[in-house]
Amino acid sequence: MSDVKIKITDRDGVLHEIDAPTDMNMNLMEVVRSYELAPEGTIGICGGMAMCASCQCYVKSDHDLPEKSDDEEAMLAEAFNVEDNSRLGCQLHITEDLEGLEVELAPEEV
Amino acid sequence: MITTDILIIGAGPTGLFAVFEAGLLKLKCHLIDALPQAGGQCSEIYPKKPIYDIPGFPEVLAGDLVANLMEQIKPFQPGFTLGERAETIEKLEDGSFIVTTNKGTKHHAPIVAIAGGLGSFEPRKPQLENLDKFEDNGVAYIIRNPEVYRNKKVLIAGGGDSALDWAIFLAAIAKEVTLVHRRNEFRGALDSVEKVQELKNLGKINLITPAEVVALQGSANLTAVVLEKTDTKEQMTIQTDNFIPLFGLSPKLGPIADWGLEIEKNAIKVDNTLDYQTNIPGIYAVGDVNTYPGKLKLILCGFHEATLMCQSAYQRIHPDKKYVMKYTTVGGVTGFDGSKKEAPKAVVKSID
Repeated sequence: MSDVKIKITDRDGVLHEIDAPTDMNMNLMEVVRSYELAPEGTIGICGGMAMCASCQCYVKSDHDLPEKSDDEEAMLAEAFNVEDNSRLGCQLHITEDLEGLEVELAPEEV
Repeated sequence: MITTDILIIGAGPTGLFAVFEAGLLKLKCHLIDALPQAGGQCSEIYPKKPIYDIPGFPEVLAGDLVANLMEQIKPFQPGFTLGERAETIEKLEDGSFIVTTNKGTKHHAPIVAIAGGLGSFEPRKPQLENLDKFEDNGVAYIIRNPEVYRNKKVLIAGGGDSALDWAIFLAAIAKEVTLVHRRNEFRGALDSVEKVQELKNLGKINLITPAEVVALQGSANLTAVVLEKTDTKEQMTIQTDNFIPLFGLSPKLGPIADWGLEIEKNAIKVDNTLDYQTNIPGIYAVGDVNTYPGKLKLILCGFHEATLMCQSAYQRIHPDKKYVMKYTTVGGVTGFDGSKKEAPKAVVKSID
């Protein structure tokens, strides 16, 4: 078992450096929730089915991330505040490849 | 005025199962839901997705689970107010409640059970300045009466089925239809995508992709929108009478948040040591909409919560009666429709 270090900037602009476990079948959205970096009810609303965009984040580091699935692609086509580096946190599985990842949470949709 | 014993707000799996448990106690239920069909998220968001943690079902599609629940509660003849959102609540002197929907439908019941899940599904609104100002003055998120758009200039934004379908429909009656989407690709039924292609080739739909609406113009009424091409950042102004953003639905706790209930983490606080009652006696909250220490937003937990809620509701309605729990295997299920289901009786007969 091992953890990876991830830098997450929350919606208030505060940077958090956290350890994310690679052996707990977690995705980035769940890591954000477990560290309570965004209030419950404002992130991961659909539960991780790529069916809302509440876990949208901007990837700041140049990690080679897995391709977007059709579901993620389609959701990001409808979401707001989407940038070229937007991803859905729920679709990013925590693996060793994410060591040093830097992301920023997208603003909450109102 | 609709009257019932337990008024359930939210017709998702938890609300539906509450009808069954209430029925065993001879309590009648009526359900309100903002969506036009029962089933909540299971029907609206993921009907074709499998669920693996419903006890006794190794795998069940969310849509099938809803169909099964509807079948299970049929004998108890629940009433439904669908496509309406519970808006206000009023407590009467006798302790009962009147809940009124956004369309003015009134419901009277001694018990209100909020099984509202994530809240009611509302259209997702683009983040544009002045958007509120033009609502009902050229901007609409739902097409209620397509006739309104006859001989008008309409601009639709979105890339899903509803954007495609309405663009096709309105192309026949509106003066001009423009469809704007942030991507070149549309996500919808193949027929719809092909039909839009055809109408575009015929010049009946003005398709602008990849682009986004970035500003609205007009004094009292909307007169134009400003688009920005996503690839070139080039801006253009399109004269239009109507702007219809169709970006799907997202759940909002909505008016329930103003009912005087204790809210924590976008959920309603309840007493999980007893009966899932809220801080207002007679109002309960069950399923994903509630919170308490150790809360898990699982359908199976909602079923349990709904069951205990019904017992407490029974005591409130019949303070003088003592209910002794009976297994359905022993007591069977007697519907309000006169139907009776029971375990086959064993025969006592000697064998010669």
